[in-house]
Amino acid sequence: MRNSIAPGIIARRGLLLGTLRLAGGVAMLGATMRVVAAKDGTEIGIDNFKFAPTPLMVPKGATVTWVNRDDIPHSIVCQALSFRSHPMDTDASVSLTFAQPGRYEYVCGLHPFMRGQVIVQG
Amino acid sequence: MKNDDSDGSVRFGRRGVLECMTWAGTAMVWTMVGGVPRARLVGSAEAATKDFSFVQVSDSHLGFDKPVNPDTPGTFGQALKAVTEVPGQPRFLIHTGDITHLSKPAQFDLAAQLLTTVKLHTYTVPGEHDVLEDEGKSWMNRYGKQEGAKGDGWYSFNDGGVHFIGLVNVMNLQGNGLGALGNDQLEWLEKDVAGLSASTPVVLFAHVPLWTVYADWGWGTADGAQALTYLKKFGSVTVLNGHIHQVMQKVEGHVAFHTARSTAFPQPVPGTAKGPGPMAVPPGQLRTYLGIAKVSMVSLNTPLAIVDTPLMG
Repeated sequence: MRNSIAPGIIARRGLLLGTLRLAGGVAMLGATMRVVAAKDGTEIGIDNFKFAPTPLMVPKGATVTWVNRDDIPHSIVCQALSFRSHPMDTDASVSLTFAQPGRYEYVCGLHPFMRGQVIVQG
Repeated sequence: MKNDDSDGSVRFGRRGVLECMTWAGTAMVWTMVGGVPRARLVGSAEAATKDFSFVQVSDSHLGFDKPVNPDTPGTFGQALKAVTEVPGQPRFLIHTGDITHLSKPAQFDLAAQLLTTVKLHTYTVPGEHDVLEDEGKSWMNRYGKQEGAKGDGWYSFNDGGVHFIGLVNVMNLQGNGLGALGNDQLEWLEKDVAGLSASTPVVLFAHVPLWTVYADWGWGTADGAQALTYLKKFGSVTVLNGHIHQVMQKVEGHVAFHTARSTAFPQPVPGTAKGPGPMAVPPGQLRTYLGIAKVSMVSLNTPLAIVDTPLMG
């Protein structure tokens, strides 16, 4: 596979507060974009061919984990990072660490009409 | 998308699993006579023929084991058993992709083992589930080396007076989810058919429908229309696809489009569900959603008659 970034080990501790604070910051701007923090701040669920939450805002260095809750496999493709995950079967997950700030768009490799965004704050 | 009783889907006890063993997909037998293909349900009296014929199966998804169908090898195997009972001798079998669910070598090996039971040469093209890993090498090493195969494994061959073309449209899914053939394959296709007489019947097969069934779910091929422009001169063109796990067909001019059922699980009619995931149906109805196809050539002056009938119902 064309993975240039291996899925990282999840290290959630210490990220939660930062994520919530930043998410709140965006809401204060009054933008139409809605940013919702995941339960633990770094998890993106896949249900019924949709990513949620999206966009997800995380601090620099956060490791985001996608969890597939569909009965059909999905994968994560983030072209900006040349990242292409293995397929996730039901209840499987894939993690990716975002080292640099920016707005990262990603899609499902099997169903590219499924789109999401991760916003990494500096 | 979990299956539970609340959304009308199915939970299986032991008895339910045993019932699943009887869902086996049906086959369509396609017969070619005088340049026009005709499809008949495997097992029906009309399927009996001495004419050139072949069988289509699709979307076996070996490796899928969710409650919708916990025994995909069983249903695929039963579909293949139905193929062996086809009257007359079909010339070969076409599998229109998604042989496996997760591109695992063990899933391909199981498919190969099951396919040997029909004692027919298998022609196939990849589905997106067949090329999920290793840039499709597991598929390429097994099926991508047909005689004359080019690029990602597309090829053509002649049999029974018909020109068959296997196209690959899952290697570079587009941003909207649609399949794509790409310029290299389109150029090859244009040259491949350039020397054929207009009276040659042509059968194209590919995994994702070459016509747009439902763009919102990526059920179409972005440059499929371009491919079809190369086939305008032909009097009989038949396009066989899989991917959407249900029968859809239409006729446009001399081109007949047909998508096949899956031998594994049905998918919803476009727009009737939140997403194109496996559709759970009551146990007694499942056999009506799974299928295989036989293609025959018959002499007709009318547009192609294509009939796909489920195993039951």
